[in-house]
Amino acid sequence: MILEAKNIHKAYANHKALDDVSVSVPHGSVFGLLGPNGAGKTTLIRNINQIIAPDSGEIWFDGERLQPKHIEQIGYLPEERGLYKKMKVGEQAMYLAQLKGLTEKQAMAKLKEWFEKFGMETWWDKKVEELSKGMAQKVQFIVTILHEPKLLIFDEPFSGFDPVNVELLKAEMMNLREKGTTIIFSTHNMGSVEELCDEIALINKSQVVLSGNVKDIQRKHRNHTYSLTYEGESERDLKPLLPQGFTVLESKPHGHGFYNAKIQIPTGSKISHLLTEITKHVEVTGIQEILPSMNDIFIQTVTKKEPSLRA
Amino acid sequence: MTILGPILFASLLVVPMLLMNITTDSHKIVVVDESNIFENQLEDRGNLVFSRVENIDDAKDQLKNGTFDLLLHIQKADENQPNPVALFYNRQQPGLGTHSAIENQLQDIFRNKLLMETFHISAEEYNAIRAIRINVRAQNVRTGEEFATGLNTGIGYFTAFLIYLFVFLFGAQVMQGVIEEKSNRIVEVIVSSVKPFQIMMGKIVGIAMVGLTQFFLWIVLTVGIVTVAGIVMAPTLAQAETSQMATDIEAMVPSEVTAGAAAMFENILAGAGNIDFVFIILMFLIYFIGGYLLYASLFAAVGSAVDNEADTQQFMLPITVPLIIAIIAIPMIMQDPNGTVAFWLSMVPLTSPVVMMMRVPFGVPIWELTLSIGLLITGFVFTTWLAAKIYRVGILMYGKKVSYKELWKWLRY
Repeated sequence: MILEAKNIHKAYANHKALDDVSVSVPHGSVFGLLGPNGAGKTTLIRNINQIIAPDSGEIWFDGERLQPKHIEQIGYLPEERGLYKKMKVGEQAMYLAQLKGLTEKQAMAKLKEWFEKFGMETWWDKKVEELSKGMAQKVQFIVTILHEPKLLIFDEPFSGFDPVNVELLKAEMMNLREKGTTIIFSTHNMGSVEELCDEIALINKSQVVLSGNVKDIQRKHRNHTYSLTYEGESERDLKPLLPQGFTVLESKPHGHGFYNAKIQIPTGSKISHLLTEITKHVEVTGIQEILPSMNDIFIQTVTKKEPSLRA
Repeated sequence: MTILGPILFASLLVVPMLLMNITTDSHKIVVVDESNIFENQLEDRGNLVFSRVENIDDAKDQLKNGTFDLLLHIQKADENQPNPVALFYNRQQPGLGTHSAIENQLQDIFRNKLLMETFHISAEEYNAIRAIRINVRAQNVRTGEEFATGLNTGIGYFTAFLIYLFVFLFGAQVMQGVIEEKSNRIVEVIVSSVKPFQIMMGKIVGIAMVGLTQFFLWIVLTVGIVTVAGIVMAPTLAQAETSQMATDIEAMVPSEVTAGAAAMFENILAGAGNIDFVFIILMFLIYFIGGYLLYASLFAAVGSAVDNEADTQQFMLPITVPLIIAIIAIPMIMQDPNGTVAFWLSMVPLTSPVVMMMRVPFGVPIWELTLSIGLLITGFVFTTWLAAKIYRVGILMYGKKVSYKELWKWLRY
C-alpha cells in the first residue's frame, strides 16, 4: 500500500467532516474517491496533503508515518485551482516546481520537456492572464506532475476542465500509471470511474460506505441480469419459454432480424439452465452478463443509507 | 511604480518652480495718486510696470482703450490714515500674485513714510527692532545638555508619521496579496507544498523588504532627479531667485522675515548635537518592525477571511481605529510627551509604535521603553498566532460571508 489512512476523524465546529474513515491505496493503482458533494472527499485529500491535520487517526505513506518530507513525493491538483495572473507562465512554473523541491536546473529541464510535449513553448514569456482557461489548465497539470511524484492526487479533475483537456488528462493519467505512479482522484461523476479506476472508496456523510476493487464491487452488486441476443423472423415472447422464476425485463429489436432481451435469473440458478431451455426454441447468437454500472451502485448505496434522498 | 514614483515626486518639487518662471502675467499699470504720498516711489518690479497719470477720467479712458491693463487709484486720506485704494481692471482680473505685490509695495511705502515722518525711526532702526528674538533654552540640570524642543518635535512627528504611513501602506499590500492568492485559487496549490504559516510570514516579510527597498530607491532617485533638474535649470532658476530676492531686499522691511527664520532655525538647531540620532534610528527600526509585524499579520488575517476586497470593510475598522487614535493623539503628546495619555498610549502595542516615536526624542525612561518594547513583542507574537489560526482556515474557505462569530470558531479549530 502506498497510502493508508486509518480511522481518520476530523470535526469542524459545526459538523463532522470525516468519521472514522479508513482507505487503502495499493501501489500503482488508480484510486477513485467517490461521493456526493460535501461528503468529506476534499477534507480527506487535504489531510493526505498535510494541509490540515486529522483530529485522530493515522496516515501512512509508503510504509512510513506521513510527514512533511513526503510533500515532495505527492503531486496535488486541488479542486479550487489557479495561478498568479500577473506572473509569466515560465517564471511561475519554475517557482511552483522549486517549491516542490526541484533544483532550478531540474525544473528548467523538465518544464522544457513538458512544454514541448504539449506544444506550449511559445507560452513561456506570456502572462497567465493572456492564456485561455484551457491553456492555464494545461500549465496547472504540468506543474502538478512535474516533480514526478509517487502519488498524484486530483480533486475533481474533470470539473472545470474543457473536454479536450479532460481527454488529455485521462490519457496522461494512464501514461503515468504505466510508469508506476499511483493516482488518487475524487469525483462525483461516475462515468469516468469504470473507465479509469482500479479501486474506489465511496464516502457518504463523512463515512466510507463502500470500498474495494471496482470489478469486485460490481460483481458483488450483480443482480444476475443477462443480455440475450437471438435471431428470428419476428420478436418472440420469451416468457412462456423460460423456466420457473426467470423474468424478462425488456425486449426489443436488435438490428435487422435480431432481437435482444434482458433476462433476470433467480439467485442460485445457473445461466446454463437458461440456455438449455431457450436454445430449444430460438436461435441464440449471444449472451452476456450485465454488470451494474458504478452510477447505479453509487445511487443505490447512497440512497439506501439515506432514504430521504429519494423523495 | 519604482521608477514612476520618484519622477512624480521630483516633478512635484520641480514643476512649480518652473511654472513660477513661466508665468508672464505682466501688467502695465496706470497710477492716479491723489494723495501724492506714493509719488514716484512705486517701482517697476518683475512684470509690473507703473506709469503716472494725473486725471482719473483720462486714466479710465486709457484703461478702457487698452493702453493699460490695470488702474491703481489712490485717494486722499486723513493724516496718518491708510489711503483708500482701488484697483480697476478692464478685460482681465489681476491674479492673486499681482494683487498682493501691489498691496505689499503700497504698505511698505506707507509704513516707511509713517516711521520717518511721524515716529522719526529709520528703516534700519526698525529692522533692528523687528529682529529682536528671545530664546528660552531647555537644559538638563545634571548633564547640562541643551534640549532642542523644535527639532525634537520635528523628528518625533516625522518618525511617528512614517511608521503610521508604512504600517498602513504595507499592511494593505499584505492584505491585497492574500486576497489575490485566495481569489486566484493558487493558494491551495502552494499550501500543499509549504505550511500556511510559512506562506503568511513569507508574504509579510517579503512585502516589508520590497516596500523598504522601494522607499529607499524613491529617496535616492528623487534626490537624484531633483539635483539633476536643479543643475539643468540653474540659470533660469537663479534668475527667478535673484528677482525674488530683490523684491525682498528692496522692500526695506522684509529682512524681518529672514531674520525671524534665521533665529528660529538657530533655535531649532540649538542642541541638535545633543540628540542621539543613532538611538532614535534604532528605536525607529524596533518600533517600525514591531508595529508592522503586529498590524501586517492582522491585515493578512482579514485578507484570508474574505473573498474580495469589498468584504474587508467590517474587519478593517477594528484594525484602523487604534492607528487613527494614535495619529490623532499626536498633537496632545507633542504638548505633553510624558503625560498620562502619552504613557498609556505608548504602552498599548496597537498604538505604541506611533506614539512612542513621538516621545522618544524627548527622552523616555528606560523602564518605560523596555516595558513598551516587551509589550509590543508580546503583542505581535500574539497577533501573529491569532492571524495564523484564522489564515489557515480562511484561505481554504470560499463563497462564505464570514462573521466575527465565524472567526471565533476558526480560532478553536
